[in-house]
Amino acid sequence: MEHSAVETMSKAQVSIKGTSDGLVIHLGAGEWNNLLVALAEKLDRTPSFFRGGRVALNVGPRQLTATELETVGTLLSKFQVSLWAVLSDSVETQRAAAEMGLETSLALSRAEHLLGEKLDGRERVIADGEPAILVRRIVRSGQSVCHTGHVIIIGDVNPGAEIVAGGDIVVWGRLRGNVHAGSSGNERAVVCALVLAPMLLRIAGYVARSPGREDSEAYEQSVVPEVAFVHNGQIVAEPWRAMDGLYTDWRADLLRRAANTLSTWF
Amino acid sequence: MGATVITITSGKGGVGKTTATANLSAALAMKGKKVVAIDADIGLRNLDVVMGLENRIVYDLVNVVEGSCRLRQALIKDKRIENLYMIPAAQSRDKSAIRPQDMIDVCDQLRPEFDFILIDSPAGIEQGFRNAIAPADRICIITTPEVSAVRDADRVVGLIEAEGKGPASLILNRLRPRMIQRGDMLDTADVLDVLAIDLLGIVPEDDAIIVSTNRGIPVVMENTSRAAQAFCNIAARLLGEDVPLMELEEPSPSWLSKITKLVSRH
Repeated sequence: MEHSAVETMSKAQVSIKGTSDGLVIHLGAGEWNNLLVALAEKLDRTPSFFRGGRVALNVGPRQLTATELETVGTLLSKFQVSLWAVLSDSVETQRAAAEMGLETSLALSRAEHLLGEKLDGRERVIADGEPAILVRRIVRSGQSVCHTGHVIIIGDVNPGAEIVAGGDIVVWGRLRGNVHAGSSGNERAVVCALVLAPMLLRIAGYVARSPGREDSEAYEQSVVPEVAFVHNGQIVAEPWRAMDGLYTDWRADLLRRAANTLSTWF
Repeated sequence: MGATVITITSGKGGVGKTTATANLSAALAMKGKKVVAIDADIGLRNLDVVMGLENRIVYDLVNVVEGSCRLRQALIKDKRIENLYMIPAAQSRDKSAIRPQDMIDVCDQLRPEFDFILIDSPAGIEQGFRNAIAPADRICIITTPEVSAVRDADRVVGLIEAEGKGPASLILNRLRPRMIQRGDMLDTADVLDVLAIDLLGIVPEDDAIIVSTNRGIPVVMENTSRAAQAFCNIAARLLGEDVPLMELEEPSPSWLSKITKLVSRH
């Protein structure tokens, strides 16, 4: 009797649905470890059905760390199932997933549906042979855009908004929110904006803070488009100049130029 | 077709939602429209106090939703202005007492009989806010020229866009021209710069508001103050009239400048 009650509960908290984007595992409310046990039981019932497949995980508003996500990944891999995407309303979870190189959305229309908050104006594009996402609207306070590839915004990024990208971040507008480029550790990632005035700018493991409200206001009077990148172990911002090799590697480019110069001498 | 449902919301508390709802309702009624104001701030009801109808309450919105009274019984008629009605919130309950669908149902019942239904939203972005915007045909965001209020307004604009209820329009409240002239307060351009939505009107800071709130007589009923003028202008714009924005300059400097102009001409 008691056993069946537990059974029904676990059924309610863990559900696996087939969608046009493949299998999605929904983890609902309840204690995290219990959910994992329930998930393992579910997979164990029909292991052959899941074997060799890939699944997306929908955790709703739950906040998870990269370690916790890794636990799920390990659990799934025991059943020879690979985790490719994590869907969540929580920015922390999205960021943890992005850091692990997981997708944070399915095909976009579906992700919008699942996350409840419609993200209109998002398009998938390929930038320089790598996946990127194009957002054609103002990203407002409390909204976030997370993607494992590059993120391109046509519109402002307002204070309180957040952009996390595995690659570069390009803002055709005023960047006044928080950004994290190269979130999975890519130190060659850059952040470009017409007005580069973020509250917090991160590239890979480096952090730069805005100089403060007073300064930034005066600063916005005489703005030029800028690009921020990691140089000598810190983030620097420079006015935009047409400079070839920006997207490849600054330092490699400098070295190559130096080498070229040297070779002309000898 | 029936009534237009307008929800007045802000994110941040204390920026003037209730005052605006009371005054716009009264101003629209004075222009001959049949108006009902609904207080959606369940548990913290205020609209009845500001409108001076506190002592007339028998039934409230929650009674209607729960079916313990008929809608007509909860409608309070304002005896000072023809065509002005209100439905109070319950004071002893909380936001979870009603659902968004209840608000849609109540408004649908009211639509055939009224020209305008104005909803006073609670502060915040949780269920009370969701209830308030559910039936809205258009949404007015009200903010004061403070960084924190503007930040919250931006968050709310984003949520409204995500709900597909946009575009919202903006009422900028409690502007102090002298402080703006000194550069000590955000001006209209600064606020619009961040929010990038249509400006419906500007209401200057006015002591008359405090007096009227305490007496339970909306300022527009005694059309002498600048705030009253501003609310009347906004009501006219809601009716589709083309009213230019009020001149907010203090009278004394323009006096001087007029004289200097006269002198310099001769």
